[in-house]
Amino acid sequence: MRVIEIPSSLDDRNIETLHARIGAVETDPVLFDARRLRWIDPNGMLALLGAGKVAGRGGARPRISLPVDTEVAGYLERMGFSRAAAEIFQPPPRRARRRRTRTSDVLLEITPITTNSDVHEVVDTVQSRAGAILSHTLRYPPAAVVQFSVILSEVCQNIVEHAEGPGWVAAQSYNWTRRLGRHVAVIAVSDLGQGFRASLADEHAKRFGDRWGDVTALEAAFLLGLTRFPDIGRGQGIQQIRKQVGRWNGLLSIRSGTARIADTPAWSRNPPLQEGLRHFPGAQINIILPENSGD
Amino acid sequence: MTDRLRQRGCNGFAIDVGALMRDLPASPNANLVTRPTGRAVRAAIEGELSGAGHLSVSVIDLTGVGVLDFSCADEVVAKLLLRYLPAERPGDIFFLFRAVREVHGHAVDEVLARHGLAAVCDFGEGGCSLLGPATTEERAAWSTLERRERIGASASAPLLGARGEALLLRLSERRLIFRDSGGTACSLSALARHLPDETRLKHYGEDDAR
Repeated sequence: MRVIEIPSSLDDRNIETLHARIGAVETDPVLFDARRLRWIDPNGMLALLGAGKVAGRGGARPRISLPVDTEVAGYLERMGFSRAAAEIFQPPPRRARRRRTRTSDVLLEITPITTNSDVHEVVDTVQSRAGAILSHTLRYPPAAVVQFSVILSEVCQNIVEHAEGPGWVAAQSYNWTRRLGRHVAVIAVSDLGQGFRASLADEHAKRFGDRWGDVTALEAAFLLGLTRFPDIGRGQGIQQIRKQVGRWNGLLSIRSGTARIADTPAWSRNPPLQEGLRHFPGAQINIILPENSGD
Repeated sequence: MTDRLRQRGCNGFAIDVGALMRDLPASPNANLVTRPTGRAVRAAIEGELSGAGHLSVSVIDLTGVGVLDFSCADEVVAKLLLRYLPAERPGDIFFLFRAVREVHGHAVDEVLARHGLAAVCDFGEGGCSLLGPATTEERAAWSTLERRERIGASASAPLLGARGEALLLRLSERRLIFRDSGGTACSLSALARHLPDETRLKHYGEDDAR
């Protein structure tokens, strides 16, 4: 059995370390050792689920050791990680004991996205929960809940319409005291589908010739709004998400294949483009919305 | 104007999209999201419009819709307008949208811009707005007509300048105003308000129209 040790902190800054540890085809069973995990965000959770799914493609279902820290284990439980992991890891991870609370502090639990009705459900859930977080915690105007719901609708539809594979979405708010000195909302979307390059290839690869690759495909979708559909009305989703996230001074990044492209605000250290990353199937979208500082 | 409309068999037709969605399996709640839902809603609207008569003003009421995403704005607003814009349209229907600015305005505006379309929208703010791309002259002409409700053929130059008639013709080609064969122009909001009683807007879901 191959053991993949999960770092003590797993979020948008270091999920590449996890991608790098997964082989293209894992023939031996894999154990994801997350016992020392102390901090994880929605990006880390979805990366872990994705890595588990990829590791299982060789035939043997992977195993996972959940964090020993009861607070982290409880948080994973509240975020719906154990429920989602039960379909990937063998045996299903033992679920942490959960104290009954009247209201959940979770913005959006890990939710599988395979059909359009899943998207409807996500929008419905978020509308009832996001209002207080957006207006009180992030200090956005009251109408922000509509724009936030639209962002979630469009990113989730990206999975159903383009990925041709299953995916998940999750969101949570945090107080990034040390990292930014402000509250943020983090939205993570991940799928193990065909990725942007394959999705766009039939319609657009020819015109890019030798330049066609993961970077070109991401630029085509992200910067030019191209999709695999010739309809002019298509491709608005990502463009509109970019505009809205930009208005909120947020970060938006999409990783697909071996590349990542991003709109990076001044507070972020992320480069706008990364290439030559370890190949990982599908696409991962990361959105970080910072508290309105009134600047 | 109403007499002329009556003579031409013009009627009004309002579709409450929120009410219509309640009967569609593709829309489990009041949120108009995802492209297949948008397609199903547009198909239902077009079904309703098939009974609207040859010449009509159709109010597409989105005020009962919760979230409207860009995919649905594209399907329900832009594609509907595109279908009824060319000469071979299924009916001589003019559209007036009713919506909540903070909730729907941005999505509608963006999809119209993407297609180079414009539309008249009533945000319930005491007057209609012209959404989507239009030249400054077109906007000014449209606003004047919106204020005055109608402009006779002989009044276009004094009110709108030397290019007045051409501007009204252009707005009418874009289906943003109604212009009769005599050259009299009428705003769509006025048309909806002043329709003859027997053809006044029929509100979907309110009078057992289904």
